[in-house]
Amino acid sequence: MSRDNILYRVRTALGRSAGQAVDDAPPVRIRIPLVDREARIAGMIARVEALAGLACCAADPRAVVARAIAGKTAVASNAPYLSECGITSLPGVRSGITGLEELRSLCASCDVGITSADYALADTGTLVMLASPREARLVSLLPPAHIAVVPRERILTGLDELFSILPRPAEQTSSMVLITGPSRTADIEQILVRGVHGPGQISVVIV
Amino acid sequence: MSIEFDAKIHATLEDANLQLAIYTATGRLKEKRIEAVSSEALPDYQELRTQANAIKKHAIENLDHYLEEFERNVEARGGKVAYCKDATEVSDFVLSIAKERGSRLIVKSKSMTTEEVDLNERLEHHGLESVETDLGEYILQLAHEKPYHIVAPALHKTRYDVAGIFTNSLHVPTETVPEKQTAIARAVLRQKFLDADIGISGANFLVADSGAVVLVENEGNARLTTTAPKIHIAVAGIEKVIPRAQDLVTFLKLLARSATGQLLSVYTSFLAGPRRPGEVDGPDEFYVVLLDNGRTKLLPDRTKRQSLYCIRCGACLNTCPVYRKIGGHSFPWVYSGPIGAIITPQFMGVSHEPGLPFASSLCGACGEVCPVKIDIPRVLLELRSDVKKSEAREKQNRLERLAFRVYAWLMTHPRLYEMAGRIGASMAPDSEGGWIRNVPAPMNLPPVRAWLSQRDLPPSPNKSFREMWRQR
Amino acid sequence: MAMAGVLERLGYQVDFPEEQTCCGQPAFNSGYRSEARIVARHFLKTFESCERIVVPSGSCTAMVTHHFAELFHKEPETLARVHDLEHRIWEFSTFLTEVAGVEDVGARLDDVVTFHDGCHALRELGIRSAPRRLLAKVRGLELREMAPAEECCGFGGTFAVKFAELSGAMARTKLEAIARTGANTVVSLDPSCLMQIQGALSRAGSSIRTLHLAEVLASR
Repeated sequence: MSRDNILYRVRTALGRSAGQAVDDAPPVRIRIPLVDREARIAGMIARVEALAGLACCAADPRAVVARAIAGKTAVASNAPYLSECGITSLPGVRSGITGLEELRSLCASCDVGITSADYALADTGTLVMLASPREARLVSLLPPAHIAVVPRERILTGLDELFSILPRPAEQTSSMVLITGPSRTADIEQILVRGVHGPGQISVVIV
Repeated sequence: MSIEFDAKIHATLEDANLQLAIYTATGRLKEKRIEAVSSEALPDYQELRTQANAIKKHAIENLDHYLEEFERNVEARGGKVAYCKDATEVSDFVLSIAKERGSRLIVKSKSMTTEEVDLNERLEHHGLESVETDLGEYILQLAHEKPYHIVAPALHKTRYDVAGIFTNSLHVPTETVPEKQTAIARAVLRQKFLDADIGISGANFLVADSGAVVLVENEGNARLTTTAPKIHIAVAGIEKVIPRAQDLVTFLKLLARSATGQLLSVYTSFLAGPRRPGEVDGPDEFYVVLLDNGRTKLLPDRTKRQSLYCIRCGACLNTCPVYRKIGGHSFPWVYSGPIGAIITPQFMGVSHEPGLPFASSLCGACGEVCPVKIDIPRVLLELRSDVKKSEAREKQNRLERLAFRVYAWLMTHPRLYEMAGRIGASMAPDSEGGWIRNVPAPMNLPPVRAWLSQRDLPPSPNKSFREMWRQR
Repeated sequence: MAMAGVLERLGYQVDFPEEQTCCGQPAFNSGYRSEARIVARHFLKTFESCERIVVPSGSCTAMVTHHFAELFHKEPETLARVHDLEHRIWEFSTFLTEVAGVEDVGARLDDVVTFHDGCHALRELGIRSAPRRLLAKVRGLELREMAPAEECCGFGGTFAVKFAELSGAMARTKLEAIARTGANTVVSLDPSCLMQIQGALSRAGSSIRTLHLAEVLASR
């Protein structure tokens, strides 16, 4: 099979033998800046807005989301945080979906997808979403608008901190997605168009 | 160089609209990159480059170890790895899965590696429908063209070109507004995502310690390609392996900034196997194709193997004054720009396009912007030497070799060198100090003619430097 | 000549070893390493006994400091001589600012100029500020930067004739950048860039002239 052939060619080219040990890789480079909570929140909001997303702090996320989805259909993920905030009980919101077909059909037809997020990264305005029974992938992907409701404690400084807390994401999930702003393309004449395949509208509600 | 290469370059230089499109598009990306890696925006940019280079060097020098670790971890999570040595094995692999599962429709996200192996053509030949979902790639698929640029595949197409392509292929009324054109593509492709049996992606990185595939994109089509269909197949060159998930901190900080000036691309997906128990969506089956296709040929040479460090950001294309004039389609293979110029001869042999390593002024801008510090000019110089050695063996270009032998001989005989200078000066036309546009027949050798085709020659000086020096 | 004048005025004794011919760059860049080696050996022999070598060219200097080692990597003894020479050879503007320690050489030139950074000087030797600091001290001189700056003029050695049309297109782009500055004169460290740019200017019928930095610094 090509496996042995290719590995053999690799080894021969490098002058290595099968099972030969490797020297240590260059040490991982992680530098976590010291940024206080308030600055992180401000950073997150500024970054999301710079990407034409909406971001705000809210003591009452339920009200904010209610206004945002008024008159629209919405599907919410199964994140416990969303029901804690009372969002899953809002009119027009379908949630608690565990069947794939139902999920696909809802996400494909709803106006808004509502999720929480496992983490957020303040220096880039990024939402970090790990797939799990609580957070399905399609909710933040298929509907044309995405609202993420995130408790402030989950806002990290950036990638360094994320990978310091989560050095092996594969142990937690089959899919970790970093979402930085609305879907976009500049493929036609370099003109920026938002909402190509993923959501064209992104809102982050920080609680 | 070959006649085709010369002809393609000429055709591109003559096309004023294309010149403007290439120059403006790359110019924008170039400027955005500069902003994003400035010392204000990214103070540790140079350190990150050094780290990225060190990680890639280590990974490539121990490639077998990391491939095996990657494979173990993919399989531990319920995925499967297939090593494929060439284009045929890749398509055979995909076809075998498609046949077993009765698949008809495939959606694809952008992957230069799949372009390299002509995957779509092969699948379509066997009756499968394989749809490109990246907007630029989709447009090109409809137009039956190859990508023009690693990151901006359709940069050579105007909105009017796109309108024509859509009207002809999709039978929709003519639409020239980019937002509306995007909406047309979105609607068509949405259904494809939901109906597709298999999603094929590339991979920006293969993470050995996680058995994970990392995909970086802005549209969301890679996410949909790898989430909606039941089967996900990632196709990646073996050189994409990095040792640890934590190394992504370094690479992700460099990749988007170098490519488009964004801090991070809109979506970065870290995919480790099929969906886990309890996860509602995601593929049931997860495959990673590890492709050789000649990469093992680039490994033995210690200087040239750094060509495999490339993370396909496209920064070298955007900064290269040559690419910015001749564009992607002048290049003989799917990889264009400076990176294309160094890997193509190594994959295809130097005789495939002997002019390619010489199609550079060696300005060095590419090496300066490469996030993983590939010394592209150095590799170009090595390849030039390889071309000449090959020509010597094949007894080609003997006149040129003779000319350089004469040059070397002359340069080791200073008095003859001085005399040659005097003879040359006396043969030159008398231009009364003005620059020269025409020369008499004996001087009108091909290099002189080539020079004069574009610019004037300096007048011959009244006195040579040596004469002036001696008279001080 | 201009360079020699400037150096002498600073009190240096300037010598011109007549045995010198070339650094071998044309052969090296064209892939003819054996031929380049022959010429490089001659260069070594000619110059290694000199105390300090000053070169009015970025590309020639870079050939010696960055590529001679590659040519002789299989000859340890020659390599040692090369490494020794690398420390004693300077591009002209760098010599003035770093060895002579001067920025004001007493020059005067009433003109509006723009400076073209030759690629070898810029990227291989890292020269950016030295020529500008020297130009800043030239009385009557106004320096205007090109935008975009740092783009290749298209010379590239044999590239200029092997890919003539492409080289010409690159030169014309440089001319557009020059025109946008409104300068009358283009200054550079490299005679090859100057030949490419002046050749293109002349072909375009432009009255803009080119000067080597040494010629500017020698003006009084």
